[in-house]
Amino acid sequence: MKEALKCYTEDPFDYGPVDSVLAKYKDQKGATIPILQAVQDEYGYLPYQALERIAKVLKVPFSRIFGVATFFAQFHLQPRGENIIRVCLGTACHVRGGAKIVEKLQEILQLDVGGTTADRKFTLESVACIGACGLAPVMMINNDTFGRLTTQKLAGIIENYGKETE
Amino acid sequence: MSHRRILFCAGTGCISSGALKTRDALVSELEKRGIRDQYEVVLSGCHGFCEQGPLLIVHPEDTFYCGVQPEDMAELIDEYLLNGRVVERLLYKDPVTGERTSDHMKIGFYAKQKRLVLHNCGVIDPENINEYIGTKGYEALKAALKMERTAIIDEVKRSGLRGRGGAGFPTGMKWEFTFKTPGDKKYIVCNADEGDPGAFMDRSVLEGDPHAVLEGMIIAGYAIGADEGYVYVRAEYPLAVKRLRIAITQAEEFGFLGSNIMGTGFNFKINIKEGAGAFVCGEETALLASIEGERGMPRPRPPFPAISGLWGKPTCLNNVETFANIPLIIREGADSFASVGTERSKGTKIFALTGKINNTGLAEVPMGMTMREIIFDIGGGIRDGKQFKAVQIGGPSGGCLPAELLDLPIDYDSLTQAGAMMGSGGLVVMDENTCMVDLARYFLTFTQNESCGKCTPCREGTKRMLEALERITEGKGESGDIPMLEELANSIKDSSLCGLGQTAPNPILSTLRYFRHEYEEHILEGKCSAGVCRNLVTYHIDAEKCTGCRACTRVCPVEAITGDKKQPHEINIQVCIKCGACMEKCKFDAVILK
Ligand SMILES: Cc1cc2nc3c(=O)[nH]c(=O)nc-3n(C[C@H](O)[C@H](O)[C@H](O)COP(=O)(O)O)c2cc1C
Ligand code: FES
Repeated sequence: MKEALKCYTEDPFDYGPVDSVLAKYKDQKGATIPILQAVQDEYGYLPYQALERIAKVLKVPFSRIFGVATFFAQFHLQPRGENIIRVCLGTACHVRGGAKIVEKLQEILQLDVGGTTADRKFTLESVACIGACGLAPVMMINNDTFGRLTTQKLAGIIENYGKETE
Repeated sequence: MSHRRILFCAGTGCISSGALKTRDALVSELEKRGIRDQYEVVLSGCHGFCEQGPLLIVHPEDTFYCGVQPEDMAELIDEYLLNGRVVERLLYKDPVTGERTSDHMKIGFYAKQKRLVLHNCGVIDPENINEYIGTKGYEALKAALKMERTAIIDEVKRSGLRGRGGAGFPTGMKWEFTFKTPGDKKYIVCNADEGDPGAFMDRSVLEGDPHAVLEGMIIAGYAIGADEGYVYVRAEYPLAVKRLRIAITQAEEFGFLGSNIMGTGFNFKINIKEGAGAFVCGEETALLASIEGERGMPRPRPPFPAISGLWGKPTCLNNVETFANIPLIIREGADSFASVGTERSKGTKIFALTGKINNTGLAEVPMGMTMREIIFDIGGGIRDGKQFKAVQIGGPSGGCLPAELLDLPIDYDSLTQAGAMMGSGGLVVMDENTCMVDLARYFLTFTQNESCGKCTPCREGTKRMLEALERITEGKGESGDIPMLEELANSIKDSSLCGLGQTAPNPILSTLRYFRHEYEEHILEGKCSAGVCRNLVTYHIDAEKCTGCRACTRVCPVEAITGDKKQPHEINIQVCIKCGACMEKCKFDAVILK
């Protein structure tokens, strides 16, 4: 979690998207999470400035917003890649060799889980079950699910998303 | 020719196997032949048999095809649809007898199931409310609205329905508590967080029959006097969210939801909240905190949500499958419902069969069926002819059961007694190649990661247990580790704030109970006979199988493999770093672990 404390900042910052999200949700109760979800959809992650703005408009301490943003796995305080690869490490995938899939992906992309490639093309993440356990081991790239994976299949799949492999 | 209906399973499993591409191919082939209007092509929810996907069923004759690819569609139309000649190669093939059948009720996977809750899944188009109504949908709501509120609650109580979300609390009693708590505003909440990694029954019900869940919630709302409900769905389930939204809009249009429902003056609205990825949010108080927009941390109970729930109001919170059972109970009657199941566990339960099993998928069976019937008759036994070792039931909160308990009839109480629990109903089957210590380590990694950190026993305790398990799997275990683990596990169980911590030790306790020798073997002999724990195994080459093709010598990063061309090779275990590259490369399975 220490990483999370170093929020990424941008200068100058475009407040347009966060303000329009806030305008939409301002009067709903319990809207913190939907607001964060919508803001993340806009920017691709949760910029520090956006969190500050949310706290200010909702009139709650920054720590509350920050606390929620760091609690849930879905929220990201760092920019992420164009393509999000989520490898399942749920039980069903684990017993069918999910760990090998992650290792191979790390090797292909030269990334640790949670990392983003320098060209911001790929982010590698792990999830615990995407509900397609019947096809284990499974991964998702953006919204596409790939099942019955083997280490041999990976390079080919990733190539389709713009990664050159030798 | 009469009007025919072609159903494609469009659950998440079949979609990722390519169901939509096959559907598109079928439609375009039909169009090419100018016969598109004679066929109704429907996308249904999950049919359960994810293993064989994509699945296709032709009605009215109910012919079942599996593994259907776009390039098969032309043949399917010309041979089967137009000329009635069944396409043999696309029929289900029994892995044991090799026989093919077009009648899915003859397939072991379906034959032993009792699909009551799932009766619409894979049969109707979940995005069309008329199809739900066509299979007696919303009849239960109509009946309920004519009943006394207490009579509905009594009916649910009499049915013996127990919560399908984990603990198995009697649903009727929960409703009664919420009903009796005074309050001008009450809430119904549906728990669709489904955090157990390895379970997907709630997802399939929401994707395949969303109206059944809504109908259950509306009836609950009427019975306890609530006018608003929330469905809390995992954000990882985009298709379920989409189908729920469509279902809510349609139910509103038809007057089953909204204000003055069916002219009775009863108002009820349903909101969707998307979760944001935290296992602990499946716990009811954490879930409510998350709906309120806070960090999803549990709080001590009592007060229970029935007394003080969402925004402090009386709240009735049930699982997806629990709600999906309600229309059935009201429509068919409590007695009919209670005629299925065991003495203290009534009705059916949906299990997600996964792991090293032949038929992965969803199976709904009467309570009290034995593990053996589920795994071997429905699940088709263990993959690749391997030996059954254990089954993990109930996810990270549950426990594993060994082969000796295969004949245990499954219900809430028998499982708890055996040291596991029903949990969500995830069944992960393991074979001889699974190391039970590694499995316990896997679950602890999960729970330790997901511990919210509010209470010390869970936050610190899961970490200490995980460290011990890591030590043992790395071959650095000490003889005091087993008693230490047992002591820690029991005190964490007793002293944690919420169910997460209270059940986190279960995988350790149950593996210690049934597979203690594996722990001892790791610690005392430095051996992992399943060949999983990397530090405890060594790589060898089977001289009989090795053809001397040299493939392995080329991939070995440390040049540990020697041998002449066409002669059996050898691995120098002093040099070997156990990366496994040779094993993966070898085409002859000559690399073995010892
Ligand atoms: C850590 C933890 C995770 C849970 N996850 C879920 C879940 O994903 N889905 C669910 O329905 N219940 C889950 N539960 C159980 C709920 O707290 C609650 O008991 C249940 O939703 C009540 O519904 P029921 O009575 O219909 O079973 C979880 C409990 C704990 C302690
Ligand atoms: S465990 Fe991987 S999809 Fe469920």
